[in-house]
Formats: sequence, C-alpha cells, structure tokens
Amino acid sequence: MSMKAKTRRVDSVTVVDITGRITLGEDLTELRQLIRNLLAQGDKSILLNLADVTYIDSSGIGELVSGFTAASNQGGQLKLLNLTKKVRDLLQITKLLTVFDVYEDEARAVGSFRKATGA
Amino acid sequence: MPACAGEIPLAMNPEPQVVEVSLQSDLKSVEAAEELAEDVCTKAGFDDEDLHKIGMAVHESVINAIWHGNKNDASKRVWLRFQIHPDRVEIHIRDQGSGFEPGRIPDPLESENLLKSSGRGIFLIRSFVDEFRVENLKGLGTEVILVKRRNSKEKKEA
Ligand SMILES: Nc1ncnc2c1ncn2[C@@H]1O[C@H](COP(=O)(O)OP(=O)(O)O)[C@@H](O)[C@H]1O
Ligand SMILES: [Mg+2]
Repeated sequence: MSMKAKTRRVDSVTVVDITGRITLGEDLTELRQLIRNLLAQGDKSILLNLADVTYIDSSGIGELVSGFTAASNQGGQLKLLNLTKKVRDLLQITKLLTVFDVYEDEARAVGSFRKATGA
Repeated sequence: MPACAGEIPLAMNPEPQVVEVSLQSDLKSVEAAEELAEDVCTKAGFDDEDLHKIGMAVHESVINAIWHGNKNDASKRVWLRFQIHPDRVEIHIRDQGSGFEPGRIPDPLESENLLKSSGRGIFLIRSFVDEFRVENLKGLGTEVILVKRRNSKEKKEA
C-alpha cells in the first residue's frame, strides 16, 4: 500500500491529492521532488489534500515540514486539507498544527490562497 | 520452571510468551516488523488504537536501528523480540551500532526545532508507549526497549 500523488489545478492553486502511506522510502523522495518541481515552475500555491492518507511516520511529517519551508522560502505557501484523525493527532502532538494552515473545506482553502497573494 | 533472567520467579507471574525475529538492515524489514508487531499484539488482545501506536513505535524504532544503529550496513542485523505478559507487551529492538544517549536528543517541540525535517521519531515513540529505555550492550550493539501496558492511556500532551 504505497503512496500516490496526483496534482490538479483549482484557480491559481495546485491541489495535490495524496493517497496511501507517507513513510520513509522512495515515495517520500518522489513527493519531495514533486513539490520542488511545482515551486521551480512557479506554482507556489500548494494545497496538499491528505484525506486518503492512511498513515504518516516521522519522516513523512518531516517531508511536509520541509515542503512548507521550501514554499515559504520561495514566496509561496503550502497548506494542508482534510486531515484524518490519525494525521491530525500526530501534527497536534508534534505542535505542527501551530505551523501549518489546515482546512477542512477545499473551496475555503483555495480561497485563502487568493486572498493571501492579493490576486 | 526456569525464570527469565532478571525476573523474580513468581508462581503468579507466568513466563512471557516470546516471539523473536532477525531482520536485514533493509527498508523492507520496516514494514515486515510493523506487520508482525500488529499481528502479535492483536493476538495479545490490544485494541485498534493501541495497535496503531505499537505499530508506529516499532516502525520508528526499526528505522532508527537500521539507519542510526547499523548505518545501513547490509551485513548487520536487527533483532526484534516481543515478550507478551498478562499485563503488558515488552518489545526489544536490538541493532549492532554503538548506541546513544536518549537524554541528549533535542526536543522537537522547541521553537528552534519545530521546522526541522527530522528528529521526531523518538518523541513519537515515547508518546505512544508507556516505557522507553535504551540499553548500551557494550560492543554488542544497542537495545531499545518499549513497554506497552494493556488498557493504558498514552501520556497526554500538556
Ligand atoms: N538505534 C540507534 N542507534 C544510534 N543512535 C540512535 C538510534 N536511534 C536514535 N538514535 C539517535 O537519536 C536521534 C533522534 O532519533 P529520532 O528521534 O528518531 O530522529 P531522526 O531519526 O529523525 O534523527 C538520531 O538522530 C540518532 O542520533
Ligand atoms: Mg528516527
């Protein structure tokens, strides 16, 4: 049960629908590359949809954080959508809910980027 | 009936049931270890929430044993042992590395560490089990010992 990530465009936001396990391994390298590529091509509003993420480990959490920092450093934003209870609990105990912007509604999440970039 | 080393032989305290495997220093071992943990602990009667916590603690511990302990050296092994007691399961994860001081690990909740991309494994393990110990086996490697009690509540975040 490995990870899959598909991107789609909603307005000026790139939504990345992630399914499966975000754990140490090749999949994690792929996710990192995907985020780096988006930023490099100028897609700097990134929304990770984690609704179908069944499991995330400390390396996966680290990857979310490093995506967040990479986006911020390049004048972009990386936000999270639809956390399952497991993922939410992990971000809670690691105090990362104070770091990430988290949404439960896609339209609202997408709208939050528009406001932030002033477009 | 012989008692386990280090344990007081009590008639009320039957010998634990033991499951032990030897794993290669390979990422595939991580998932195998985790599945075994969930399997053993399902049979031992832990509930779904505990199974997830135990599985994750084993996942992180085996990754650490492979990476930090064995330094990804394919000639080194990781031993995983479950001891099922009536009130708890004890999990031993042993590598062939030179050990570490858990007290010296930076706190991932400190603001200067919050945006680091690593350093959360042991913190998560500690929050998922009731006891976490590290034993330096002096030239024979390092053993991490996790204890999960039945019907225990994990440490609550302050
Ligand atoms: N089995 C081990 N052998 C040696 N050092 C270890 C072991 N497990 C953990 N460590 C040390 O503890 C540190 C923290 O581990 P952890 O919290 O899992 O974070 P990470 O693995 O992301 O560095 C590691 O960076 C390493 O220095
Ligand atoms: Mg680790």
